[in-house]
Amino acid sequence: MPESRLLDATFTALADPTRRAILARLAQGEATVAELSVPFAMSQPAVSKHLKVLERAGLISQAKEGARRPRRIAPERLAEANRWIERFREIWEPNYTRLDALLEDMKAADVAAAPSANEEGTA
Amino acid sequence: MSTEDTLPPAGPDPLQVTLPGDTEVHVTRLFHAPRHLVFRAHTTPALLQRWLLGPPGWEMPECEFDARAGGAFRYLWREMESGDSFVISGRILELEAPARIVHTEVLEMPGEPPTAASHVHTVFTEEGAQTRMVMTMRFPSREARDGAIAAGMTDGMEQSYQNLDMLMEDGAAAA
Repeated sequence: MPESRLLDATFTALADPTRRAILARLAQGEATVAELSVPFAMSQPAVSKHLKVLERAGLISQAKEGARRPRRIAPERLAEANRWIERFREIWEPNYTRLDALLEDMKAADVAAAPSANEEGTA
Repeated sequence: MSTEDTLPPAGPDPLQVTLPGDTEVHVTRLFHAPRHLVFRAHTTPALLQRWLLGPPGWEMPECEFDARAGGAFRYLWREMESGDSFVISGRILELEAPARIVHTEVLEMPGEPPTAASHVHTVFTEEGAQTRMVMTMRFPSREARDGAIAAGMTDGMEQSYQNLDMLMEDGAAAA
């Protein structure tokens, strides 16, 4: 399901498991600070702190409905984050695959340069 | 839900990439090699030119790396088919072999002034016979971070990504 792929990208974007869980909850539907504090058993100020981080990262937005301020997932930003990470991988995974191969060559050269260690049966 | 930081892709040594905020990139990779070799591969020009190459079709014909605090480095990449090129250059702030490199870097696209500098902190930690690399890149702005992956992107790829974005938005709206 496309949305779960977007959520995966967001999960990889966040270092904090509580914020990831808040985002997963918002993916099911918008919620206010009060509504979020119940399932997370957190104080409202604690929830607000997490929401501020998510808002600053542009992953959620705030709607105004009279006195309610429900938070919603911002799907465009999830798509952007996912795209950025995919492009980064496209550049860096081949680099690291090449580095893996180079390191194998370097390990072999290291061993070849120290034959006495091998004869003693170390490593 | 997993308590892991990321949902890594399949593969023996997954590259883990996270975006903790608007301006940072956090990269982790495990190497099956001792730390002094991984560090050497990151700081020796002849070795860098063998792996730090980017997407297919690119080579690094010029590579300078003065491996000391205060030293400068410069990488020039060229796409073999089009001749397009760009440079990343910068200065090493701290270098503590084989554990740590702190440096700043700018991106130089042809015909444009260099970007504002990013700050990169790379740590290598031994894990038995393996080495874990953790790299934290801090860009001066979100736009700068966005631009960092655009270097070398062809028009065709840009169009593909726009199509992908539209599909994802449709998917998110429909869900």
